Amino acid sequence: MIISAIFFYLFAGVCIASAIMVIAARNPVHSVLFLILTFVNAAGLFVLMGAEFLAMILIVVYVGAVAVLFLFVVMMLDVDFAELRHGLLNYLPMGFVVGTALLAELLFVVGAWLIAPGIPKVVTAPIAAAGDVSNTQALGLVLYTRYVYFFEAAGVILLVAMVGAIVMTLQHKPDVKRQRIAEQVARRRSSAIEIVKVRSGQGLP
Amino acid sequence: MTIGLGHYLSVAAILFTLGIFGIFLNRKNVIIILMSIELILLAVNINLVAFSVFLGDLVGQVYALIVLTVAAAEAAIGLAILVAYYRNRGSIAVEDVNLMKG
Repeated sequence: MIISAIFFYLFAGVCIASAIMVIAARNPVHSVLFLILTFVNAAGLFVLMGAEFLAMILIVVYVGAVAVLFLFVVMMLDVDFAELRHGLLNYLPMGFVVGTALLAELLFVVGAWLIAPGIPKVVTAPIAAAGDVSNTQALGLVLYTRYVYFFEAAGVILLVAMVGAIVMTLQHKPDVKRQRIAEQVARRRSSAIEIVKVRSGQGLP
Repeated sequence: MTIGLGHYLSVAAILFTLGIFGIFLNRKNVIIILMSIELILLAVNINLVAFSVFLGDLVGQVYALIVLTVAAAEAAIGLAILVAYYRNRGSIAVEDVNLMKG
């Protein structure tokens, strides 16, 4: 029990510290790297809670895809980030007031919050006892049966996002040679080869 | 010294607040604002998983999976808009985004 408490405070502490560095770092590349550290530690928190599948998905999706995408965009855009930080402290008092008020409200809610006694009776998909089925298997049993439409909707969302991202960033330059498949398929013998009678001793003009 | 639901909810609340604070702090830099939105969505996911585990209901984790999907789609679309905008204007400062002001 003490070990899990130590690891909770380790993961939570590093998670929050690196989240502070995400919004406070001078260099956006450092921000992205601290974002990766935040996600890895949040995955550690998920493992501590017993949601191993979501922890691994968090690492694969965020560290493997989203953070690399951020890193790519930050490095590709040639932006003067020092100029963007100019006038940074103008909004600091306002943000501090809003942030403090929000945090106080959230912590008051968490502190005074109780589970209603009837809630455990209305659980829709109870988590099986440890050792019975793994977290991944239990999640799959629920996700592919009762919530299969949500799963398919998630797939459609990803497809739409992919199409949208490609449409927005794809650009055709007129002077770049491209493959035109229709012309290639519509090729006939007459347009492809030409028979030329060559007289001896003269060669081709 | 047992770690309960309140501990995880407190971590999520602090992360959420840091995300909001990041939007205020980096008002000019769209990339950091997108990263702050990712932090906010991560806090929501921690909340969902914590409730799911401590109430013994697996649906919270299914919902966290959907939120994860939407977050990934949002990051992809947001960065695509950013790249297209940078191509047109040569800048990503938020103050310059006023083409449609009329």
